[in-house]
Formats: sequence, structure tokens, C-alpha cells
Amino acid sequence: MMDAEIVTTDTGAPTQGDGLLRSLAYAINRNRLLFSGLLLIAAVILFAVIGTIFIDSERTEVGATTLPRLRPSAEWWLGSDQFARDILAYVAYGTLGTLTIGFIAGLVGIGIGTVLGFFGGYFGGIIDTIAVIVSDSFITIPGLLILIVVGAYVDTLSVEQLGIFIGLVSWMGATRVIRAQVLTLKNRAYVEVSKFNGQRDIEIVFAELIPNLAPFIAASFVGAVAGAILLSIGLSALGLGPQNEPSLGLMADWFIRYGAVPQGLWFWFGPPIVVIAVFVVGLFMVTAGLDQIANPRLRTSV
Amino acid sequence: MTIDYVLKRVAMFVFIILFAGTLNFALPRLSPTNPVEERLYTLLQQAGGAHIGNVEKMIATYEERFGLNNPLWRQYLNYLSAIARLDFGQSIALFPADVSAEVRRALPWTIGLVGTTTVLAALIGSFFGAWLGWTRTPAAISFVVPLLLVVTAVPFYLLGLLLLYGFTVFSPAFTDYMQDVWRIPDWLYQFARFLLVWPSGGAHSYDIIPSFNFTAIYDILRHAFLPALAIVLSSIGFWGLGMRGMMVTTMGEDYIKLAEFKGLRERRVFLRYAVRNALLPSVTGLALNLAFVVNGSVLVEVLFAYPGVGNLLYRAITGNDYFLMQGIIMYVILAIGLLLLIVDLIYPLIDPRIRYKNA
Repeated sequence: MMDAEIVTTDTGAPTQGDGLLRSLAYAINRNRLLFSGLLLIAAVILFAVIGTIFIDSERTEVGATTLPRLRPSAEWWLGSDQFARDILAYVAYGTLGTLTIGFIAGLVGIGIGTVLGFFGGYFGGIIDTIAVIVSDSFITIPGLLILIVVGAYVDTLSVEQLGIFIGLVSWMGATRVIRAQVLTLKNRAYVEVSKFNGQRDIEIVFAELIPNLAPFIAASFVGAVAGAILLSIGLSALGLGPQNEPSLGLMADWFIRYGAVPQGLWFWFGPPIVVIAVFVVGLFMVTAGLDQIANPRLRTSV
Repeated sequence: MTIDYVLKRVAMFVFIILFAGTLNFALPRLSPTNPVEERLYTLLQQAGGAHIGNVEKMIATYEERFGLNNPLWRQYLNYLSAIARLDFGQSIALFPADVSAEVRRALPWTIGLVGTTTVLAALIGSFFGAWLGWTRTPAAISFVVPLLLVVTAVPFYLLGLLLLYGFTVFSPAFTDYMQDVWRIPDWLYQFARFLLVWPSGGAHSYDIIPSFNFTAIYDILRHAFLPALAIVLSSIGFWGLGMRGMMVTTMGEDYIKLAEFKGLRERRVFLRYAVRNALLPSVTGLALNLAFVVNGSVLVEVLFAYPGVGNLLYRAITGNDYFLMQGIIMYVILAIGLLLLIVDLIYPLIDPRIRYKNA
């Protein structure tokens, strides 16, 4: 798609004399997928931030619009739901809640995965063996099932707790892929050279391995956030998510439970779906873009 | 395939089941809520709550019946043996119905819907992906990749929701509009309704008894169409993108060049040399992604009120029926574990490279 120019001799790459703008334009052109993805994500985050700053949180409460099922109008831009809440306000606050869940889960999951992957892959030993067996086994258990059991017995989940729980059931994939990468890197010549130079293992991990795997870890993180958001919405749609704080999943629970679709209330179920779709598509594009940086083989076509 | 390999896989299977079983056992007992009490109070509220008589006695009877007053280690052993016997006792909400019987009744619907659509999506998606990765595919096709990306990103249940709106709420209104305003002939109206208007939920109409005659099968297929479409559409991209990636790598291999230089026909190179080799990782993919299939299908079944295992699970959750919930989850994990075990054991037979690596 964007790679014909890489092969030719004049790549159009910026040289030292070029301005910042041109360098940026070149970088964007080199990796259009990554940048359009970032743009979509930024749009959703901006919407959540600006929305929650400018819209009073009282408008997410029941009865805020006085009448239920109002069509979109100049006063209520996205109308109101069955409980007379302002849908625009609810989507903004819900997006913030859902993003929080996703980022916490991504941090926890990738954090555990990175630590286990690096230590297991680099040092080996008993920890490695256990990590491999555990992650190989549990990668097959659907996270949703474990979370259903957890959700059914924990009385009221908060948004942050749900994020942590999701992170705790989704570190296996990250551990596997990061460990595999560390295994291939640790026998490279430059690592051997560092060893002969007398660098300590911990220095090698931080100075040689982590910088080399940064794009890879970033791509895993982005993937984990997307997965966590979808999982949280799935869990909430079953009525097991956080019940007291706005999130897009809770919205999904309500509009499924109270039949927004048969009633044809598109302005109720439409906006959250659009936000989720835009965000997740953005995350996928970023992952694909980072993959192209981390894995040049993918660049050969499309 | 060595004995060592088989033993390792079987041990892993037992490990998964033990872990899931222990988690299933421990969590309810760590939580402050008493499942029996909770369910019974819900039940009593439904009965009006005005004439509550012998609740304590009822709870005691239930606890004895479900073995909840035994010491913990005893309960744990009982539970493990229940897993081995596939007998998860009785449901609270649907008492005296057996959990296993309920699951067995729901299972054919799930296998029929989710199983068929998963296989279908894997076949169509893989073939499509192979075509995309094939270098001689016209450039016009490659715009499909970003499109696939988008469709994959939208989760099953949200896509299902949009389909539900489009084909059960919007389309009847639209066809009526065509008849009233555009004055289309009646046969065209009937045809448009046949194409655009689909049943919104359930596995069959109320007046149809599932059996092997034309009317019943037709009715069941029409009810399965929308949920099936949701599953196929949203998982096709996953298979397509994976297969495309593998094709790109495979196309760079020397044996492909050799096959081309030998002057083999393009079709033969494509199918016998490229696709066949690129397909292998998809087999593992199918196994590994069963977990995602389960996640998604639970929600699709809930959305379309399809009487499968996912919907049963949903009813168990919303009705505080903890025994039914535990039973279903154990069943699903057992099924996934078994399928993975089978795939792991078959895989070395398909791919000689694995056989040698582990020998």
C-alpha cells in the first residue's frame, strides 16, 4: 500500500536540512495505518475528556431530562433514554469509564506479561517452567467465564477493580509472545558483546533488550487494551459489570435489557456502538502499524 | 508422536480442569453471600413476600440437599468427583431439574449455531485471506483489507445488535413504505419481505415443534440466520487476516518458485503448494480461538434469545442460580479442554515438523 517508495533509491526521506513539518509528513506517510489509528483513538479520548469537562455529571442521573425517550433535539443532542437520562452526557462519562477499565487492564496484563516474559525468557529456570505451564494452560480458558464467576460473587465492582480483574485473566498471551521474543534476542551478537564487556544481566535487560522490544511491547499493550474493553463490555452486557459508575458496557446492559432495539430507539443504542467501534478500529490500526515497524517482513505487501 | 508428548498434553488437560474446578469451588465459598439464601429470597419476593413462613427450614433443607453443611474438604472431594461423573446436581431456580439435563437440552442449539458458523467463517475467511495474499490478485481487491479490519474490530454482539435493528425493526417499516408509497406489486412486496425481514429472536416460532419436516427446518433456519450472520461477519476478518499473513510468508518460499518454474498451472500452485502450507497455523488458530468463540457466542445467544448454552448461562446469572452457573461453566471448560487435547494429539499427524521436534 505505502511501500513502493521504500524500494526505490530516492526515498524522499528527510535530510538534516528539512524542517520539522516535512519530517513529520514523511513519518506519517511512511506509516499511514499507525497515524490514522492514533487519530481515531485521539478523537475518542478527546470526546470523553471534553465531554466530561463541559457536561455536568448530574445529566447522567435518572430524570435529568424530565421526559424519557426524547428524540435528539437542540436541547438534548442525542435525546434521552428510557430513564430520562441525557444520552450524550451518559456516553461521554461512560466512555471515560470504559477507557479507564481498558487502560488499567492493559497495564496490569502487559505489566505481568512483560515481567514474566523477560525474567522467564532471559534467566530461565523454575520460574520460567511454571510461567510456561500456567500460561499455556490458561490461555485456553475463556476469560469471560472466569470473570463471570468473579462478577457473580463480588457484590459491587468498581471500574478500577474490573480493570484489575480483567488484567489478571489476560496476561498469558503477552507472556508467551514477549518470552518468545526475548529468547530470540538473548543470543544475538550485541547481547554477547555486552556480556563480554562485563555488563550485568539487569543492565543488559534494561539497556539492550527493553529498547529493542519497545515497539513490540507497545503493540501488545494496544491489543490488550482493545481486548479488555471488549471483554468489559461483554461482561457488563451480562449484567455483571460495575453497576454504580457509568460505562459503555452498563449502557449496553440497559439497552439490551429494556429493548431499545425493538422500540427502534437508535439514538440510545447507536452512539455507544459508534464510540466502541471507532476506538477499537483505531486500536487495531495502531497494532497493525506497530507490527509493520516491529516486523519488517509484513511490509513486503499491502 | 512419543508417549512423553501425549502424557504432557493429558497432564495439561487435567491441570486446566483441576484449576477451573478449584476456582469454581473456592469463589462462592470466599464470597460473603450465601447462594442458597440469595436465590430463595429472590423467589420469595416473586411470590409477593407477604406470607413468608418457613424460610429457615427451607434454607436448611436446601443446604443439606446440596451438601453445604459438610466440612470443606469433604465438599471439595465431592465436587471433584461430581466433575468426573459430569453430574452437577440440581438447579435451584429450576428445581428439581438436573443441571446436566438442562445443559444437554440447550447444547444442540449451540452446537448447531456456533459450531456451524465457526467452521463456515474459518473456511470462507481462510480462502478469502489466501486469495488476498496471492500476489496475482487484482489490486482492486486489496482495499478489502482495511474493510476486514473494521468488521473484525466490531464485536459479535454489537454487530448483532445492528443487524437486529436493520433486519427486524427498520426493514418491516421500509417494505411497508415501499408498498404504500411506491405502490410496488404484491409479489415484489412479498419477495422484499422474504429477503429483508427476519425473525428477531428464539430458535423457532412458538407454533412450530422442532422436528424433521420441511416447515420446521425452514423455520429453524430462518431464525438462525441473523445470529449466524453476526458470528460469520465478525469472525471472518480474523481468519482472513491471519491467512493473508501466512500466505505472504509462504509465497516467499523457494518451493513456490520451483513450482512456478516447473510450469505448473497457477491454480495448482495456489491450491496445492501455497494454500496447503499456509493453512497449518489456522488449524492451531481454530483451537486457540475457541475461547473467543465462547465469549462471543454467549452474548450473541443472549441478544437473539437463542435457547443455547450461552442463554442458559445468562438466565442462571440473572436468576442467582449459582449451581446451574457453575455446572455450565465446568461443562464449557471441559469441552474446550477436550477439543484442545484432541487437536494437540492430531496436529503432529498433519504436520511432520512437529512430530520430529518432539520426538
